[in-house]
Amino acid sequence: MLNRRNTRLALGLTTLLASAAQAQTALTLYYPVSVGGPLTQVVDGMIADFERQNPEIDVNAIYAGNYNDARVKALAALQSGQPAQLSVMFSIDVHELRDLDAIVPFDEVVETAAERQWLQSFYPALMENGAVDGTTWGIPFQRSTIVMYYNKEAFREAGLDPEQPPKSWDELAEMGQKLVKKDADGQVERWGAMIPSTGYPYWMFGALAKQNGAVLMNSAGNETYFNQPEMVEALSYWRDLSRKYHVMPEGTIEWGTLRQNFLEQKTAIMWHSTGNLTAVKNNAKFDFGVAMLPAHKNFGSPTGGGNFYLFKKASPEERKAALQLVQFMTSPEQAAKWSIATGYMGVSPAAYDTAALKQYVQSFPPAAVARDQLKYATAELATHQSGRVRKLLDDAIQAVLNGQAEPQAALDTAQKQAQRILSRY
Amino acid sequence: MNRLNQLYAWLMLLPALLMLLAFTYLPTVTTLWHSVFYPARGSQPAQFAGLDNYRMLIDDPVFWQALSNNLWYALGTVPLSIALALAMALWVNGRIGGRTALRLAYFTPTMLPMIAVANIWLFFYTPEIGLFNRLLECVGLPGINWLGDPDWALPSLMLMTVWKEAGFFMIFYLAALQALSRDLYQAAALEGASALYTFRRLTLPLLMPTTLFVLVNAVLNAFKLVDHLFILTKGGPNNASNLLLYYIYENAFSFFDSSYAATLTVILLALLVTLALLQFRLIERRIHYR
Repeated sequence: MLNRRNTRLALGLTTLLASAAQAQTALTLYYPVSVGGPLTQVVDGMIADFERQNPEIDVNAIYAGNYNDARVKALAALQSGQPAQLSVMFSIDVHELRDLDAIVPFDEVVETAAERQWLQSFYPALMENGAVDGTTWGIPFQRSTIVMYYNKEAFREAGLDPEQPPKSWDELAEMGQKLVKKDADGQVERWGAMIPSTGYPYWMFGALAKQNGAVLMNSAGNETYFNQPEMVEALSYWRDLSRKYHVMPEGTIEWGTLRQNFLEQKTAIMWHSTGNLTAVKNNAKFDFGVAMLPAHKNFGSPTGGGNFYLFKKASPEERKAALQLVQFMTSPEQAAKWSIATGYMGVSPAAYDTAALKQYVQSFPPAAVARDQLKYATAELATHQSGRVRKLLDDAIQAVLNGQAEPQAALDTAQKQAQRILSRY
Repeated sequence: MNRLNQLYAWLMLLPALLMLLAFTYLPTVTTLWHSVFYPARGSQPAQFAGLDNYRMLIDDPVFWQALSNNLWYALGTVPLSIALALAMALWVNGRIGGRTALRLAYFTPTMLPMIAVANIWLFFYTPEIGLFNRLLECVGLPGINWLGDPDWALPSLMLMTVWKEAGFFMIFYLAALQALSRDLYQAAALEGASALYTFRRLTLPLLMPTTLFVLVNAVLNAFKLVDHLFILTKGGPNNASNLLLYYIYENAFSFFDSSYAATLTVILLALLVTLALLQFRLIERRIHYR
C-alpha cells in the first residue's frame, strides 16, 4: 500500500519536473576568441551571471576557435539540424550570412520602444559593419580597433620622448629608425616597429588606407577600391618601412607571435588589436604606452571583431530569449566588465560612464585609446563572398611585402579579380 | 558446396563492403556530381554548370601553385622521412644501451597531436625569439624569416613533417627487422660479406614489402596531412606554402564554394589513384613476398 503510494508520488514529481524543464528556454550560442588570454572564462562567467538572473533561460555557450572556425561550426550546426539561436561571429560576415539566408535583422525581433531605443545606444562606428540597407543585422560585442603599443623604455634608450609616440607616417619611419638596435656584428637586436601581415593583413591595410583618406569598399559590399592611388601609396609605405627605412623586418610578420615579440622587446612598436591590451598589461616587464595609429592625411583604423547575430531558425520564444541575452551581454555594466577583462572596447558611451570603467580608465589611460580612436574609425573590409575577396587582397599585400610584386600591379590584379567576383551582386 | 562457400564469402565481406560504399564510394560519386553544379546560394537550388568549374580550375593560378607546391612537398618529405625511418630503425635494432628509451624518443613526435606540435613549432620558427634563429645566431649566421619568406615557408613545413613522420615509419621498419631470420645473417657472415654488402643485398631486399607499405602511406600523407598549415602559415605568404587539401578546405569553408571544392577534390582523388597505381606497378616487380 505504502509502496504504491510512493510510486504515485514519484510519478507525480517526475511529471512536475518535466513540465518545469519544458518552461525553460534553451539557447545555444557559438563564440570565437581571436586573441590570447583566458577569455573563455570571462565569457562563461558572464553567461553564468545571466542564467542566475534569468533562471527560465538555459544558455549553452560553446567556444568555437577563431572567427573562421566559429562561423564554420555555427553554420554546420544549423545545416545538420543542431540548435543554435544566436552566435558571436565576425562583424564582416554580415553579407555572406545574409546571402545564405541564415540570419534575421534585430529590427524584426525588437518589440518595445525601449528595445528600439537600445538599438541606437551603441557607438555609430561599431554599427557600420552590422548595418546594411538601413537594417541592423549585428550588435557589437567583442569589438576592437588597431592601436599602437610602444615600449617607453626603448624610447628613452633611443633618446626619444616616451610621451610623444609617432603621430604621422613620417614620424613613424624616422623614430622607427632611431629605435632599431643592432649588436656589434650589425645584427638587429630590436626592430623599430612591426605591423603583422599574416592572419589579417587586409585589416592592417585598411588602417593605412583610412589614414591615407580612402576606404576599401562600399557599404553594400559589392564594390571594392583596391587599386586607387591612395591604396597604392599606402601599400608602398608599408613595404618601405622594411625595404627602404629598415624599421621592420622583411617578409611577412606573424600575427600569432607578434605579442610575444613585443613582450620580449624584439620590437619597440607593434600595431595590434586592442583586444590584446589586458594581456600586454599583465605580461609586460617594462613601461609601455598605447597610442592611436599615426596619421597621414588623417588618423584612421578599421574597427574589428565580433558581433552578435540572431539565426533565422528559432521559435519566437527563443528569439525573445536570445534578444534578452544579447541585451544583457552588451549592457553597460557587462560591457565595462568585458572591456576591463580583455581590452576590447566598451561598446556604448554608457559603458564608459559606469563607475567601474571610469575608474579603470582613470587608473590606466591606455584603456581609452581605442574609444578615442573611434571617431576616426571606418568599417572593416566586408563584401559578398568576403572570404575569397579578402584572400585576393591578402595575397596582394603579402606578395608586395615579400618583394614578389610591385604595389600597383598587385593591387590592379586583386581589384580586377574582386570586381569579377562581385559583379553578380 | 562451392556455391555455399561463395555465398559464405560474400556474406563475410558484406559488412565491410557496406561501410566502404557508404563512406567511400558514395561520397566519391556525390563529389563528382557536385563538381558539375554551381554552388547553391540561400534557398535557390543549384544550377547545372557542366564543365565550368573545371574551366575555372584551369584558369586558377592558386590551384596550379598549390599543385606544384604539393608535388615538391611530397618529393621533399617522402624520401627523406623513409630514409630517416630506416636509419633510426637500424640504429635502435642494434644492441645498444638505453635501447627502449631511444625507441620511445624517436616515436614521441608521432604520438603528439599535429596541432599541438605546430603551435610549439610556430614559436621555434619565429624570427626574433625562436629556437632556430637563436641556434643560427650561436654560429654567427644571420636569422631567417622561416615562415614569412616565400622561399623558406614550404621547406619549413617539410622539415616539421619529416620530424613528425619518420618516427612513425620507423616502427614498421623495426617490426620488419625483428622478423628477419637470423640464419640468413649467419650465412652472410660465414661467407665473409661486409656490413654494407649485407645491408644492400640482404636487409634492403627483405624489407621491400615494408618499404612499399611505408611509401604508399607517406605519399598519401603528403597529400592529406595539412593540420599544421592552419597554425603555421595558412598557406601563405602569398600561397607560397598552400597545399591542395588546405585549398580545398579554404574553398569549402572560408569561401562557401562547395562546388569548386568538389572540383578540386576530384582532381586530388584522380592524382592519388594514379600515384597509388604507379607505385604498385613499379615496386611490385622488385618485391619478394615470402
